[in-house]
Amino acid sequence: MTERDPRAELRDLEKGLNRARQGRDDAGARKPGGAFGGNQSALSLAFRIGLELVVAVVIGVLIGWALDRWLGTRPWGTIVFFFLGVATGMVNVWRAISGMGMAIGYRQRGAPPAQGSGYDDDDD
Amino acid sequence: MAVSKENPLNQFLIDRIVPIHVGGVDVSFTNSALLMTISIALITLLMVGATWRAALVPGRLQSISEMFYEFIAKMIDDNVGHEGLRYFPFIFTLFMFILFGNLLGMIPYSFTFTSHIIVTFGMAIVIFFGVTVIGIWRHGFHFLTLFVPKGVPIGLMAVVVPIEVLSYLIRPMTLSIRLFANMMAGHTMLAIFAGFVAPLGAFYLVPGLLPIALDFALIFLELLVAVLQAYVFAILTTLYLAEALHLH
Repeated sequence: MTERDPRAELRDLEKGLNRARQGRDDAGARKPGGAFGGNQSALSLAFRIGLELVVAVVIGVLIGWALDRWLGTRPWGTIVFFFLGVATGMVNVWRAISGMGMAIGYRQRGAPPAQGSGYDDDDD
Repeated sequence: MAVSKENPLNQFLIDRIVPIHVGGVDVSFTNSALLMTISIALITLLMVGATWRAALVPGRLQSISEMFYEFIAKMIDDNVGHEGLRYFPFIFTLFMFILFGNLLGMIPYSFTFTSHIIVTFGMAIVIFFGVTVIGIWRHGFHFLTLFVPKGVPIGLMAVVVPIEVLSYLIRPMTLSIRLFANMMAGHTMLAIFAGFVAPLGAFYLVPGLLPIALDFALIFLELLVAVLQAYVFAILTTLYLAEALHLH
């Protein structure tokens, strides 16, 4: 049992830590998709596209229907808001797949892809 | 999961563990409430246990909690900026609650409260109103410029503005449906394949092993989805918050 200098021990520990960190950063740099990338993103993108399209139409029709009931303008509100919903859905799908960064939740504007998360499209 | 003759959707049924009725309103303590309580208790235990005797060189538990803390803090710092850290407690709680709910739901015979749309919608609508109030509080009337994209000709405003408003209004829906549908679909899939095991296994041993192998693989996918969806929910919240604070 040799008594070692605690400082030398700490230095060794730091060296080891730096090595481990470097290895981890390299692994992270090689895979742009990060831990969450890969096949999962394609599947969830497909799921998301459907969701955006459907939800916009449903909410549009609901708002139009409610307005019609309130104002007694049946069927014009429903018709107008249906098309509005379809347009919104399409705009959101287009934003989602092209990442135009025109609205929040689709891609971060200006900023480089999210740091650390390794996740360029800030959605599933 | 489900037994072969059982409906694969039975796992989502709400059980009243302690029936409580107050003035005709059902406020029973259900399996959903139980799992929420457990996840809150576990989170509290983790955070309190980790910081009980906080050391300069963290132990295992402290490392875990510091990892969560730094992950969320960095996410907010990157997306909202330093001022966003004021909302750190809310987003951290949200992330941990969903994460623990998703992960506890992966334990066989437990219950996934995030697979119920009313739970996810409840969280999403709070975020929606909260973010809107923060935006109006910060910018007042100016907040409405959110719905007017830059560089759009006046003639197109009549079309673009309603679309922007509608895409703002559907946020609580997309936010809640994304989490709920991911969790429900995954757990239903697991139960359906589990339901194939007994009929195919009765037929012959080898085909009976196929759905088991598939379920084994799917469980890893579901673990990924559980973590990923908690992250997605949290990061979308921070992005909505960033938008309310900075507008465009």
